[in-house]
Amino acid sequence: MVMGPEPTTATTELVDESVIVPDGVVAVEGRSLGRIAWNRLKKDRIAMASAGIIIFLILVAAFAPLIVKLLGHPPNEFHQNLTSEDTLLPIGKYGGISKSFLFGVEPNNGRDVFSRIVYGARVSLIIAFFATLLSVVIGTFLGVVAGYFGGAIDSVISRIMDAFLCFPLLLFALVLVGVVPDHAFGMSGVTLRVVILIFIIGFFSWPYIGRIIRGQTLSIREREYVEAARSLGGKPMYIIFREVLPNLLAPILIYTTLLIPTNILFEAALSFLGVGVPPPTASWGAMISDAVNTFQNDPYFMIFPGLAIFVTVLAFNLFGDGLRDAFDPRAR
Amino acid sequence: MRRRPIVALAIASATAFALVLTGCGSSKSSTTNNSSTSKFNAANGAIFNPSDKKGGTLTFANSGDWDNVDPADTYYGYSWNFIRYYGRSLTMFKSAPGDAGTQLVPDLATSLGEPSDGAKTWTYHLRPGVKFEDGTPITSKDVKYGVERSLDKTTFPNGPTYFNDFLDLQGYTSPYKDTSADKLGLKAIDTPDDSTIVFHLIKPFSGFDYFAMLPATIPVPQAKDTGANYKTHVVSSGPYMFDTYVAGKSFSLKRNPNWDPSTDPNRKALPDRIEVKLNQNAEDIDKQLLNGTLDVDVASGGVQTDTQATIVGDAAKKARADLAPLARLWYTSINSDVAPFDNVDCRKAVELAMDHDSFLRAFGGSYGGEIATSLLPPLVPGATKADPYNFLGKKNGDVDAAKAELTKCGQPNGFTTNFSYRSERPKEKAEGEAIQQALAKVGITVNLKPFPQADYFKLYAGKPDYAKKNGLGLMANGWGADWPDGFGFLQQIVDSRVIRATGGNTNLSVKDPKVDALLDQALQTTDTAARNQVWGQVDAQVMDDAYVLPGVWSSVLLYRPANLTNVFVNNGFGGYDFLALGTSKS
Repeated sequence: MVMGPEPTTATTELVDESVIVPDGVVAVEGRSLGRIAWNRLKKDRIAMASAGIIIFLILVAAFAPLIVKLLGHPPNEFHQNLTSEDTLLPIGKYGGISKSFLFGVEPNNGRDVFSRIVYGARVSLIIAFFATLLSVVIGTFLGVVAGYFGGAIDSVISRIMDAFLCFPLLLFALVLVGVVPDHAFGMSGVTLRVVILIFIIGFFSWPYIGRIIRGQTLSIREREYVEAARSLGGKPMYIIFREVLPNLLAPILIYTTLLIPTNILFEAALSFLGVGVPPPTASWGAMISDAVNTFQNDPYFMIFPGLAIFVTVLAFNLFGDGLRDAFDPRAR
Repeated sequence: MRRRPIVALAIASATAFALVLTGCGSSKSSTTNNSSTSKFNAANGAIFNPSDKKGGTLTFANSGDWDNVDPADTYYGYSWNFIRYYGRSLTMFKSAPGDAGTQLVPDLATSLGEPSDGAKTWTYHLRPGVKFEDGTPITSKDVKYGVERSLDKTTFPNGPTYFNDFLDLQGYTSPYKDTSADKLGLKAIDTPDDSTIVFHLIKPFSGFDYFAMLPATIPVPQAKDTGANYKTHVVSSGPYMFDTYVAGKSFSLKRNPNWDPSTDPNRKALPDRIEVKLNQNAEDIDKQLLNGTLDVDVASGGVQTDTQATIVGDAAKKARADLAPLARLWYTSINSDVAPFDNVDCRKAVELAMDHDSFLRAFGGSYGGEIATSLLPPLVPGATKADPYNFLGKKNGDVDAAKAELTKCGQPNGFTTNFSYRSERPKEKAEGEAIQQALAKVGITVNLKPFPQADYFKLYAGKPDYAKKNGLGLMANGWGADWPDGFGFLQQIVDSRVIRATGGNTNLSVKDPKVDALLDQALQTTDTAARNQVWGQVDAQVMDDAYVLPGVWSSVLLYRPANLTNVFVNNGFGGYDFLALGTSKS
């Protein structure tokens, strides 16, 4: 995954190769762009704290079954003895928070809110991560192609980007999720829905990153080292992979980190509107949607999934900001 | 309140008439201890805060728009309740608490209908001295004209189609296409003199007094009719007349000086003025009711979930609330087209395994109704409240008995099936999750399949080949009758002959020739008590076939602000009787 220090190390190697070191001069403590950025990032406490939260969330999602086994109850299990038959609200204060129900219980059916939040992290992160991956791959590829080759190719790709950008994405997602059958592409149920959500969110958000990459490529294309590679007879594919792409790594990394929270919010919005993962699979957006009906009497059921989304999105955003500052302090 | 489903009266029946004669005691018969001490359900079965004090303004609010204030074009129960303020139909539901409210009494007519020709001809006589708001006398021709225009479903698409289905129209479509000079060309209705009106039907129907209750029989003066625009000024025949009308926003009624109380034994007409606000926020309506700035939520759909919890949790507020029963059932259809539900034992396993308490909670818990043990809601005449599967004894399901049925059915380890519901309805989603949890205990895996509400019956659950192909073994369903009566309640949901291959069905699962035969028998039974017994038998047979998993006999929680006087729930409408209400505010 793209969080944490690992990818930056990867950058270091790649950038190393592309940094033009004048012949015969051995740089004194030659520090690569990646190394410089990593050093800056290390000093940014907010970014590092955010990275910590992100790693924590990933661990929570990865070990959800274990965590729930130790600290909660199966996420779909009813505990109707914990809610009032008259008001349907959780019995006890603060939404029924107790030692065995850390975040209280859901109104009416008494499901464990803690377990559902933990499992909801899986849905949110998986969908957001893969959707981001999809849009970054498409966006980078088309952006580089458009920026590097220019001319007619650029015009066509840019117009496609424009078309995608003016698409009413939310409406389209609502309709598409509604019409896709239960069984398709050899999948069904939750798996199919997750794949569809990844596809919709990813496939329609690539132009945002595509435009940025295209712009960057346009400027990199005119740099001396690219000129040099070209004059030495480098084929376009070679130049793109050896000279252009490595220099695009910083923007790609930054926008990936910033796109993930957007996609988390988008997934939550779709779940809130009832076209996310099908019930009873836990999802933060769907939990908030359920909580709306009783939020005056039981606000806790809304607070916890709301906090989960808030913290996750904030952590990714702050980390993305930190990353951008580290790579390009002038933009501060 | 949701639109009540149109009961397509495909078969000539002799159903409801007798209901009128007997008054049909049902389980909820309560003593008429009228009181003015505020307590829970004080206005249910009795008059709360009885009063004869006239004056003041009653304020109503509606979270949506009115379908139409035009008597020819309205199909909401609350609208039929409210329209009695400004319109008088031939008969009406008695303005009385409890089950008395399901009785019909003459309104514009001097008595209930006089049948002849084997219930194919019905004659009514108008009361003398009845006048429109402008002082012109109301004649039988005005009633006929009112019915005529209600036949025009192009201009007035909302109203019921009972008159279209039962009158001997002979090709008549609309008074607006009528070539006769007086626009009264319909042969099916005779007006031999100004106070007599005679209806000719194509087939006998002994429940015609129910049709005479419909707003379509409210007189409309032909000279004042402006077609679709008549709603901007409906000419009143009742105690109130329109003062203002702002489409989609509000309207108000003031006293009609030409209404003579001596011609009208049914209406108290206490307030001086009635104001209605439309398209108000539902949560805001509840808040205003609670703090007394609003008198009635006119749609009578009950308070919102959140408000329900607030009211139930607060003794003082709860004392001002009433739980009004409805002729409505929420249930799950068990589809015998989908294996292994073709085996009755597998269906029975579902009945036994279900957690009935969870089902009730999905629809609001103990303040959303009661656990339904069979089909007929208790306030429908003929209801036996039979409990063939011992739901009440085993509220959380009987796992052992269910497993025994599964073994009999050849699926001892359970199976996998699908549950369809309307995605816009959180209560049906909760129902699905409850079924999923309960059936998992006996090894039946249930996948939830949401479908858009608008096409649920047209394209998905209500389309037999779609449901079969997609393995919809369990389907969320619900039904409320146009009025509390066995025929209106059962026919559309249990008669296998109403199932159309093209979709749009409400009967999603019941296919039993024995049930069809019982329905026919009921339609031919003229004796009320005997017929009501047959409704009970139909119910028992459907339960024995296990085609339907009954869930909840629905109720609505209504709130009565302190200043309301003369409040009671009318079981004919399933809400407060608007006609009786007064206010202590001046």
